[in-house]
Amino acid sequence: MRNIRLIARLDIKGPNLIKGIHLEGLRIIGSPNEHALRYYNEGIDEIIYMDSVASLYGRNSLDDIVKSAAKDIFVPMTVGGGIRSLDDVSNTLRCGADKVAVNSEAVKNPELIRDIATRFGSQCMVLSVEAKNISPDHWEVYIDNGRERTHLDVIEWVQRAEDLGAGEILLTSIDQEGTRRGFDIPLVEAVTKIVSVPVIASGGMGSSSDLAKVVIEGKADAVAMADILHYERETVNNLRKYALSEGIEVRDI
Amino acid sequence: MNKLDVVVIDYGIGNLLSVQRGLEYCGADVTVTDDKDIIMNATRVVLPGVGAFSDGMKGLNKTGLNHVVCDYAASGKPLLGICLGMQMLLNESEEFGFNQGLGLIPGKVTAIPSLNIENKNHKIPHIGWNSLKLPEGREQWDGTLLNNVIPGESVYFVHSFMAEVSSSEHQIANCLYGGIKISAVIGSGNIIGCQFHPEKSGDVGLKILKHFINL
Repeated sequence: MRNIRLIARLDIKGPNLIKGIHLEGLRIIGSPNEHALRYYNEGIDEIIYMDSVASLYGRNSLDDIVKSAAKDIFVPMTVGGGIRSLDDVSNTLRCGADKVAVNSEAVKNPELIRDIATRFGSQCMVLSVEAKNISPDHWEVYIDNGRERTHLDVIEWVQRAEDLGAGEILLTSIDQEGTRRGFDIPLVEAVTKIVSVPVIASGGMGSSSDLAKVVIEGKADAVAMADILHYERETVNNLRKYALSEGIEVRDI
Repeated sequence: MNKLDVVVIDYGIGNLLSVQRGLEYCGADVTVTDDKDIIMNATRVVLPGVGAFSDGMKGLNKTGLNHVVCDYAASGKPLLGICLGMQMLLNESEEFGFNQGLGLIPGKVTAIPSLNIENKNHKIPHIGWNSLKLPEGREQWDGTLLNNVIPGESVYFVHSFMAEVSSSEHQIANCLYGGIKISAVIGSGNIIGCQFHPEKSGDVGLKILKHFINL
């Protein structure tokens, strides 16, 4: 039995909710917490906040947004972007986050994964992977919100990160992100096949059928959505009903 | 102290703001503290927790809060352990080696089996929404923490280890993960623990917190 989670992903720049294409060309959408609250009221299972410029400009804290969200939103919140140390994690959790998502610093210093997992539990340590397809069935890890290549192979990296204690993988396809062309199914499938921790597929959700495809074919454990919710092309409730009608086990409210 | 006062124990670990906000949202007046006197004088206490068992117990032990929690529990006033806070109520845990717990409810903490009931690998940690079930031999939740919950309602879990109580009378609710029974709520008199996060379980979770602050 798998309980598939529907997750709203909110990319943040400064005080704004933004959305890009291939993690670039960011457009301002509006207030992060107005959107988050709407998704919560519609029955979203989790919320991910990603600070899109934190790695580039240093830690541009999401603290205030998360603190404010924690007043009215009672589903799990993952916060990522610019997490560099155990102190950063501790502070983020104290603002009301439940998990942290780490990408750039984990690549630069993989031991941070082990340190976070040991100190806060592996369920708290989400490895964020930004993957770019380089040849059939090969993807490269990017950092700094898709700006910087690393020459790391995604499949090797997720295995190593799992060994180090990553409890979950947020897998973003740079190629599909913001395109509405559907998820990178081969990527998701390749990662879910190799790791035993849950995988959140992110990047490319254009319509409800993409959700079914990434869960059934890609074997994703959770699906992150942004654009489709931000532009009100779908509601959480409709997606949930659709998933249930397709035989996908989601939370039945 | 009035009826809706809740003290949340701060032992230097995890996600205290969410628990506090959840309780406040339900109308509680919340004090987050590590002060022994305030804890002992509380009308109800929450022992929260996110993270590793050994770190949690170290956090309690180094300041003597382990004794405070046990003394408070002996007073008969309501004590709610959440997630790691629930697991620490038991005698011991096998997480990262042997670790002694508070021993307030007989039982131990073990790893969730990596094979499901069909002997296939399944995902660990157990992350996500799962529905609350009545254990065998229990017919209803009246008078328990889940007084207002309907069997089948879903709450949010995130954990790699699970509580195994020694006696079925302490088993209040289960959930099924890969066909394996996992303790969702355990209790012994005034001492209650829930594995899931009520403060992260939307309306169902808030209903549970609301019931707790009115116990």
